[in-house]
Amino acid sequence: MIFDIPYMVTIVLPALLYAVPTSLLLLASSAIIGNILAVPVAAARLSRNPLLWMPAYVFILLMRGTPLLVQIYLVYYGLGQALTPEIMREFPFLRDGIWYAIFALSINTAGYSGEILRGAILAVPHGEIEAARAFGMSRWVVFHRVTLPRAIRICLPAMSSEMILLLKATALASTVTVYEVLGVAQAIRIETYRVYDTLIGAAIVYIAMVFLLTRVLNRIERYLNKDRQAMSAQAA
Amino acid sequence: MASKSDHSLWLDMAWGAEGWGDEFAYGLALTVQISLAGYAIGLALGLLGAFAKLSGRPWLRFIGDSYTTTIRALPELLLILLFYYAGTSALEKLLVHAGVASEDLQISPFVAAIASLGLIYGAYLADVLRGGIQAIPPGQIEAARAYGMHAPLRFRRIVFPQMIRYAIPGMGNQWLNITKDSALVSVIGAYELLSAGRGAATFTKEYIFYYSVTALGFLGLTIVSMVVFVRIERRANRGVRRA
Repeated sequence: MIFDIPYMVTIVLPALLYAVPTSLLLLASSAIIGNILAVPVAAARLSRNPLLWMPAYVFILLMRGTPLLVQIYLVYYGLGQALTPEIMREFPFLRDGIWYAIFALSINTAGYSGEILRGAILAVPHGEIEAARAFGMSRWVVFHRVTLPRAIRICLPAMSSEMILLLKATALASTVTVYEVLGVAQAIRIETYRVYDTLIGAAIVYIAMVFLLTRVLNRIERYLNKDRQAMSAQAA
Repeated sequence: MASKSDHSLWLDMAWGAEGWGDEFAYGLALTVQISLAGYAIGLALGLLGAFAKLSGRPWLRFIGDSYTTTIRALPELLLILLFYYAGTSALEKLLVHAGVASEDLQISPFVAAIASLGLIYGAYLADVLRGGIQAIPPGQIEAARAYGMHAPLRFRRIVFPQMIRYAIPGMGNQWLNITKDSALVSVIGAYELLSAGRGAATFTKEYIFYYSVTALGFLGLTIVSMVVFVRIERRANRGVRRA
């Protein structure tokens, strides 16, 4: 067993690159679903109504207090136990592990992002909300026009690192038979007994993906903060 | 879970040969052991990493930065697999070749789990500790130097006590993360809480129940850790005026 660079470049890396779209699909779908779900989670967590904040509190605690791998197993095997064979026959796509992985990653992201968003909502300057109320905006209009957009901007840096963590978390989907980058690397490793080429190849692909995602997120952050660039330049 | 079999399922959590209770307790104990040992290695590596990153020597800074950047860019599961399958076989060969170990040396998954978690968390803790060191007012270190304190004394009396205080919240977060990431080592065959849960779940086919019990075990560990860290933080800040 030696580290065979030509084998890695010609056989392993193309196979892994072919699996990159699956990893990105996992990332994009759970990022979108999870961050959309994070808004009601954060709003409920901040509510004064115990029927709202208590479930949100427990949900966040469960998502952040248990390992993601346990959550993935619970969703994959648990739903597999709950779904009857008739349902499986009706919806054959449910046999594919990717849906369970997306589901688990989404609710996990909803918990983590919900907590980040909660902090950001609390950091919105009170005067801005007061001003919006003084303009006669209803509570709902204030929330979706003033509080939420401001809060999203405030938590952008934290959200960016959360998305990097989510990209790394997609690797766990390989444990429920999803052939994303690590899943393919593992399949080749088990088939060929080559440990160095396959796993180091996967490491190279992940480093490249994290590098590119960081650049994309920086772009998005700069775009969303466009009007503030001039201000911070003045302040500096 | 609200089915009529609920009652008998909880009975299956009994102690001994008929129940899964002792398996889960053993798994939880091993999860704590693996996390504690990995965290200890992580702290040692993290301290070295923090000093390397803050060093005046460019090559040391380069090593420190490459260590933390590479580890933090890779999925923890991949790193654990990499250490276990590639790292241990290379290490075994090296040790046997050097004549330190006998031919049949085999590094156990338990040891590989601790080593890999330590190596991963060393990178995360390096950044936490570096932040703690940087939060110390530079005037204090200058003053210590002016008093003629040599580097080890300066570290022991001035840098370390304050660094720890600043770093405690971050260290607490990393402890919570390592207890959760320790579940990943079940993939390389090290026995811990999730292995116990998977054993019970696949044997009985009661996946929902046993994975929920597993989750509750980790949740309990998280809640206890949070309480302990709040106490530690309060004690560390006992001499500091609150803003």
